[in-house]
Amino acid sequence: MAEPSAIPLPFAITLSAATSRSNHTGAWRTERPVYVDLLPPCVNACPAGENVQRWLYHAEERDHEAAWRELMRDNPFPAIMGRVCYHPCQTACNRASLDEAVGINAVERFLGDEALRQGWTVTPPESASGYRVLIVGAGPAGLSAAYHLRLLGHDVVVRDASPQAGGMMRYGIPTYRLPRDILDLELARLLDLGIVLELGRRVDDLPTEMADGGFDAAFLGIGAQLARRAYLPAGDSARILDALGVLRTVADGGAPLLGRRVVVYGGGNTAMDVARTARRLGSTDTLVIYRRTREKMPAADVEVEEALAEGVRIRWLSTIAYAGDGAVVVERMRLDEAGRPEPTGEFEQLPADSVVLAIGQDIDQSILSDVDGISVVDGLVQVGPDFMTGRAGVFAGGDVATNDRTVTSAVGQGKRAARQIDAWLRGQVMAAQQPRRLATADRLNPWYYSDAPAAVRPQLDAARRASTFDEVVQGLDETTAVYEARRCLSCGNCFECDNCYGMCPDNAVIKLGPGQRYTIDLNYCKGCGICAAECPCGAIDMVPEET
Amino acid sequence: MAVQRVKFYQTGSFAVGNRLLDPAMRSVQSDATRTNAITSGHRACRGCGEALGARYVLDAAMRATGGKLVTVNATGCLEVFSTPYPESAWQVAWLHSLFGNAPAVAAGVAAALRAKGRTDIRVIGQAGDGGTVDIGFGCLSGLFERDDDVLFVCYDNQGYMNTGVQRSGATPPAARTTTTPVEEQAPGNRFGQGKFVPFIAMAHEIPYVATATIADLRDLEAKVERAMQLRGARYLHVLVPCPLGWGTDASETIRIARLATECGLFPVFEAERGEVTDVNPIRHRVPVEEYLRRQVRYRHLFEPTRRDDLIARIQARADANILRFGLLDEKES
Repeated sequence: MAEPSAIPLPFAITLSAATSRSNHTGAWRTERPVYVDLLPPCVNACPAGENVQRWLYHAEERDHEAAWRELMRDNPFPAIMGRVCYHPCQTACNRASLDEAVGINAVERFLGDEALRQGWTVTPPESASGYRVLIVGAGPAGLSAAYHLRLLGHDVVVRDASPQAGGMMRYGIPTYRLPRDILDLELARLLDLGIVLELGRRVDDLPTEMADGGFDAAFLGIGAQLARRAYLPAGDSARILDALGVLRTVADGGAPLLGRRVVVYGGGNTAMDVARTARRLGSTDTLVIYRRTREKMPAADVEVEEALAEGVRIRWLSTIAYAGDGAVVVERMRLDEAGRPEPTGEFEQLPADSVVLAIGQDIDQSILSDVDGISVVDGLVQVGPDFMTGRAGVFAGGDVATNDRTVTSAVGQGKRAARQIDAWLRGQVMAAQQPRRLATADRLNPWYYSDAPAAVRPQLDAARRASTFDEVVQGLDETTAVYEARRCLSCGNCFECDNCYGMCPDNAVIKLGPGQRYTIDLNYCKGCGICAAECPCGAIDMVPEET
Repeated sequence: MAVQRVKFYQTGSFAVGNRLLDPAMRSVQSDATRTNAITSGHRACRGCGEALGARYVLDAAMRATGGKLVTVNATGCLEVFSTPYPESAWQVAWLHSLFGNAPAVAAGVAAALRAKGRTDIRVIGQAGDGGTVDIGFGCLSGLFERDDDVLFVCYDNQGYMNTGVQRSGATPPAARTTTTPVEEQAPGNRFGQGKFVPFIAMAHEIPYVATATIADLRDLEAKVERAMQLRGARYLHVLVPCPLGWGTDASETIRIARLATECGLFPVFEAERGEVTDVNPIRHRVPVEEYLRRQVRYRHLFEPTRRDDLIARIQARADANILRFGLLDEKES
């Protein structure tokens, strides 16, 4: 209880203003609000480890350059990623439980394209570390590792056997998904950082090349370049090709002879890519044969849907029993109790001018055969959590070390490996990251978000798609991209909506100013929990007071 | 609608603030320099809706009048918890007399200011539902019919809460209070009693009558601003849930107010000279049960035996409001 004011009060005034502040109501509290920063599901799901929510935050404010720079901290290829990534972030997005997931991939593409239009670049550090790193393979894993190592101050040399850089981004992904001018621009920007690229330079003897070049470490990002061949009973005149070869021929400007009726054998993204490519090469009847069900198909949903829209037919629960002249014999399958396909003995003959196998890829082990310490198990180079192979100083990542087989995963592996290589070179051990709690949908108070259905990216007309290699999915304009970014809920991280500040009955939330968020005045907070309950994004926990 | 609704910008105008909006379009409460008419240290219960409502209204009025404001307060929770001698939580000119005479005192202050030629200084009278609909009602009706230049604000928590949760004329049917206990033949407050003062105020054909809740801050602030643009008798009725008297979790105060409007039991509208001029449509309609079952004062509707008959009667009241005010009508934007 405060003493009556010592200062004489004016006539008829009995109480001084704000004298209640001597009554510290914080003593009533049994719980206190605590601001938290949780792991957004998009960030959790991103194979490249992008801080998606953070770059969307900048895009919401129309600060596209800041958004792009945040993105570039983790991924050197936003424009490529905005086209080829299968966006697991959107599958994880909490907004899907409200209306539709945020079109993260579309915004990423907008930012990537905007950077190319504006010519934004990143600058490597001026001080050099003095270490040299050899990167084998100029695909997404190798280039990502090169980028991050360069930004960490190391000398980087990239060697690749192909005449052009990009790996599967160039020789695997069709141009209707990734136009080559975009690929070339993002690669050029990366190489401008001072990365030495040596093409047509196959590395056959890694230890010798490392010793000759004075390299302190090496990263193997050679991918999985060999098309897997399955034993397929076939007649002499059957035309059987592999998907990688077809895609590579097309990428080199050739036109493989597939015929009118093309059968693709397999159910992954490569199968979809080659089937859609076949349509564009003039195949009128393109059939994908896959031994399990649609649900079990490894191909991304968007790829399957786009393929179907372009007139590709898919036959699930089927295998090819025999490939003959102008026809294949297909056996129907069924799933046993364990969900494995088993033959039924029912056969059917289908016309086929060619059969394209898309049943997986293996790594080329010839480079590894003479290197002590590097072991290959189940077709993958074995690495530790630090991405180091059994041989000190030799690291590996991407398709060569995992079965993820996506560009995004490879980029993420390249990044993480680069940071491990950096730590190893400097004789440090990277501290294990503290696991962050996931920002789950049940923490949200969705009332406060405006109703806003997702923006749809325009697509090339399906009829036109089947005949050209023009890019299928178009970009968003600036207004739509900003709209889409603003659909982000900022799950688990304060975005300064002022609800806590405005809704505290005790004025116990102190606003610290733009970008500084808030703090709780524990002298007065009674612990009612309104701030936590009305926080749209679930960024406040109520924590019991110690008694 | 009184408030300029912002359609998108992540949270639009639903949240208190919005960093993406032009500062001029942000709420008074998001402003770090707001008056804080009632400040920290007051003794309202945890999660008090009335403390929040009073700050929302007076901070908005202070901005609208450039700080030239006198507040007259009736006896009630708001007065008791804000001014236990020798403390005061007020940071505005504030005057208390008796329980029943706040409208008359406010009218007197307005008359005195007019006599002194200071009509630039505006007057707000405020009370809880007890001081408004019951004890102060004669004085309030007089203020209305004389068209005195006062905005009178009722913070309606539907009972006499600081004296121990007794029934008032604003207590809704079936609600349990200490004077309307739950017994075999009497399940809480009777149906068919009580009054809705906004209708009575409209019957006086005063310049402005509006209802609002603490769950829609932007709407409430816009209505205070509109009221302060007008002269004469004006009335604002604000629903302020009471965790103590309603038996709700302290953290749910805002949510309860939101559910009261989203189920249709508390219509939010504006009227000028006796005619309804605007209503706030329901955004996500919920059955009354969503609102009722979070409150201990309605627990007897759900246990030990579920009283579907009473829930249906309450739902009928909500449906009648929805029909009467067109709360589900599509509005042209």
